[in-house]
Amino acid sequence: MPNSQQLIAIRNGLGLSILMLASAAWGIDPMPQFDDPSLESSYQELINEVRCLVCQNQTIADSNAPLASDLRREIHQMMGNGASRPEVVEFLVARYGDFVLYRPPFHSKTWLLWGAPIILLALGFLVFARILKSRMGQPLSEDEITP
Amino acid sequence: MMWRYLIPISIFLVLSAFFVKGLSLNPRYVPSPLLGKPAPEFELPRLKDPNASLGSVDLEGQVTLLNVWATWCVGCRQEHGFLVELSQENNVPIYGLNWKDDRNTALDWLSTLGDPYVGSAFDELGEVAIDWGVYGAPETFLLASDGTVLYKHIAPLTRDIWTSEFLPRIISECGSIPCPTVNN
Repeated sequence: MPNSQQLIAIRNGLGLSILMLASAAWGIDPMPQFDDPSLESSYQELINEVRCLVCQNQTIADSNAPLASDLRREIHQMMGNGASRPEVVEFLVARYGDFVLYRPPFHSKTWLLWGAPIILLALGFLVFARILKSRMGQPLSEDEITP
Repeated sequence: MMWRYLIPISIFLVLSAFFVKGLSLNPRYVPSPLLGKPAPEFELPRLKDPNASLGSVDLEGQVTLLNVWATWCVGCRQEHGFLVELSQENNVPIYGLNWKDDRNTALDWLSTLGDPYVGSAFDELGEVAIDWGVYGAPETFLLASDGTVLYKHIAPLTRDIWTSEFLPRIISECGSIPCPTVNN
């Protein structure tokens, strides 16, 4: 049997988690869910990848800005009318530019953005290889020789 | 072995150059993909007369400004005086896009502060604003007589910006097409 202190801890924990769950549900005005679960999940996936231009570090799924809610409504409507993901993305980019996407497409303006990690990794390997090579012929120091 | 020391220094300098440039950029400014393209078509009820409509058709055939405004927007209040001034100079007709606003409050605003607009379209749901890529009022579009978007200014319009960004574009546009005389 848990003692009274443990019970209080459990009660507080439960209360806290209920509060946290509730706060997740507050923020955003609920759009009616699509009947088709796969449509609903692709809608959710998409609005979680579209930047809210009013509060730029939030997605339109997270943001309470009126513009975000307008865009959610617009996307919801388009997808309800059978628009595909690329069609919705094209619609958004034509109006707001690539910046509206958290995953911008690869093209002449974004190659450095996408390529930089690979370039930096390659540079790192190059430096690593040079260091290894320069140390190759050297004898081990006193400390490095395990008895 | 001087070059050994030059590598980290040059990497540092390149990074610094990026950071210095980054500091002077405004992350709130998102360039419009509409520049140089035909303006999106629209048709909305007029603010002052819900039964009459205002749309692309009314803007065509002349160089115009389309100003996105709302009574909830502080920047719009800030630029309003200049817009009224500008409308009195009669250079370019100013049209308004009243964005996600309350009709009565908006009418009140115009009667108290003066009405610089030839006409204002009433975009209650913000659908036309989405088509125009509007993300924060005030925004001002400069439109050619064939409906091409020549320029977009995001932030309150001032005399300085008018003189440096709008006037030269209007003058170069009207060199070929007749448009109202631009003095100043």
